[in-house]
Amino acid sequence: MNDKYKIDLESLYRQVIMDHYKNPRNKGLVGWPHVHIKNPSCGDDITIEALVEDGVVKKIHHQGTGCSICCSSASVLSETLEGKTVEEANELIEEFFEMVKGKENPNEELEEALVYQGVAKFPARIKCATISWKALQRLLNGDEDE
Amino acid sequence: MDAYKLREDFLIYKNNPDLVYMDTGATSLKPFRVLAKMNEYYYDYGVNIHRGVYKLSYLATDQYDLARNKIAKFINAKDEEIVFLRNASEALNFVSLTYGEANLTEGDEVITSELDHHSCFLPWMKICEKKKAILKYIPLTEDGRVTIENFKKVLSNKTKVVAIHYYSNVFGFRSPIEEIIKLAHEVGAIVIVDAAQAVAHTKVDVKELDCDFLAFSGHKMLGPMGIGILYGKKKILKKLDPLYYGGDMNDEVSKNKVEVKEIPYRFETGTPAVAEAIGLGEAVDYINELGLENIHKYTKDLYNYTIEKLQNIKGITIYNKNPELPIIAFNINGVHPHDAATLFDEANICLRAGHHCAQLLTKWLGVTGTLRGSFYIYNTIEDCDKFINTVIDAVKFFEKINGESYE
Repeated sequence: MNDKYKIDLESLYRQVIMDHYKNPRNKGLVGWPHVHIKNPSCGDDITIEALVEDGVVKKIHHQGTGCSICCSSASVLSETLEGKTVEEANELIEEFFEMVKGKENPNEELEEALVYQGVAKFPARIKCATISWKALQRLLNGDEDE
Repeated sequence: MDAYKLREDFLIYKNNPDLVYMDTGATSLKPFRVLAKMNEYYYDYGVNIHRGVYKLSYLATDQYDLARNKIAKFINAKDEEIVFLRNASEALNFVSLTYGEANLTEGDEVITSELDHHSCFLPWMKICEKKKAILKYIPLTEDGRVTIENFKKVLSNKTKVVAIHYYSNVFGFRSPIEEIIKLAHEVGAIVIVDAAQAVAHTKVDVKELDCDFLAFSGHKMLGPMGIGILYGKKKILKKLDPLYYGGDMNDEVSKNKVEVKEIPYRFETGTPAVAEAIGLGEAVDYINELGLENIHKYTKDLYNYTIEKLQNIKGITIYNKNPELPIIAFNINGVHPHDAATLFDEANICLRAGHHCAQLLTKWLGVTGTLRGSFYIYNTIEDCDKFINTVIDAVKFFEKINGESYE
């Protein structure tokens, strides 16, 4: 393996796996409106639910199975976007999508989610990193599942 | 077999010199000859078949029929028993939608297995739901194999159809299909063989097998995508109605009646994938020139070399013991297959990761998915070494990341 990539990969995995994959925050569903997204080709399966009051995302919960990037990303999302207005959350979700595709100097408000910048070097994994963010985007835009 | 020499036929290596392609189970690479043959059709005589009364159309029709003849000989069938469709999946659905639709009734039983590809059993799951027939799964052995002993446990006088793989796409195991076909016929059932993984590796002889239908794709045997084959016994095909009506499949049309063409033409509605059919004919020539026995021996040697070294690596699990096809199904212990696949990707090694369109099998294994490496004629010992070294690297990498070691 190319050593440069090994270092990139290692830093990506170190930051996300060690923490959020093994100790996910806000995991478990509580019955708020939700969106479920499944990537059948790899088995990533994520449900995101959110409590939205007065135009503010009060709390986000998630549940699901998948690879470390997918599961950790849902956990990071639940912390990063908590307390944002729906408008801010939507903007940060778009920013996240741009960032994993390689946008430089992304909005610092992505905070911990900034570690997923590394995903841009592994395009086959963009889907893994974004699945939970797509689910929240759909939810915030009123496209909730039954 | 000289893989280094053969690689010159596969331009993808020229454009990706470091490529280690170990995903032939998903699709094979295509030799230049096949692509050139397809171009030749478009450049020299790229017109429609069976229609124009002019020289070029005659030539195109001739080449299309010649491709059918090559494919028929390849599996020891008659020309009229070869139906050109899009791929093995379409061919397998075709049988359930025609034969299944016409012949299944409430209480009938269809047999398949958890080792099968979705394309083999889902068409029957759906038609069974519609017809209130029952889908039964052959219990697998501890090793994940289909055996005659277990097949007999689900076979009965109610069995009408058996849909089963020749070789498993995840484990590379060979089913005892000769015996299955014989026993199924004894109770009056027909057998559909999913030969998608078989055709590139072993001599398929439909007459000797005595199977009723057999399906495969062109793209897994050095041919182009978009062309697949359904073999059906002449006497069964003759009783089947077309699935699609439209252009080219009829003889006589009046306001309230249509008379359809003879087999196989009545099943090939509309303009077919002519270039792809001709390209597949060329792929058959290529395989015949190499010799299936040579292909099997060469790829088995690569497998044996690799598996011997893998067995000494701690921290991985290999799921398929002694497969008949050169396929390795494995995982890095404690690591999701997609996380592992990224490491192989960084080393330019193409592996399949996930459930391989066989979710029943990953459920049977109790895992979220597996990694699968499969060998073919263009793989070399260097490929094997790179693969083995990357497995070692991956184990170390994730042990370090996870801060623990897996046995």
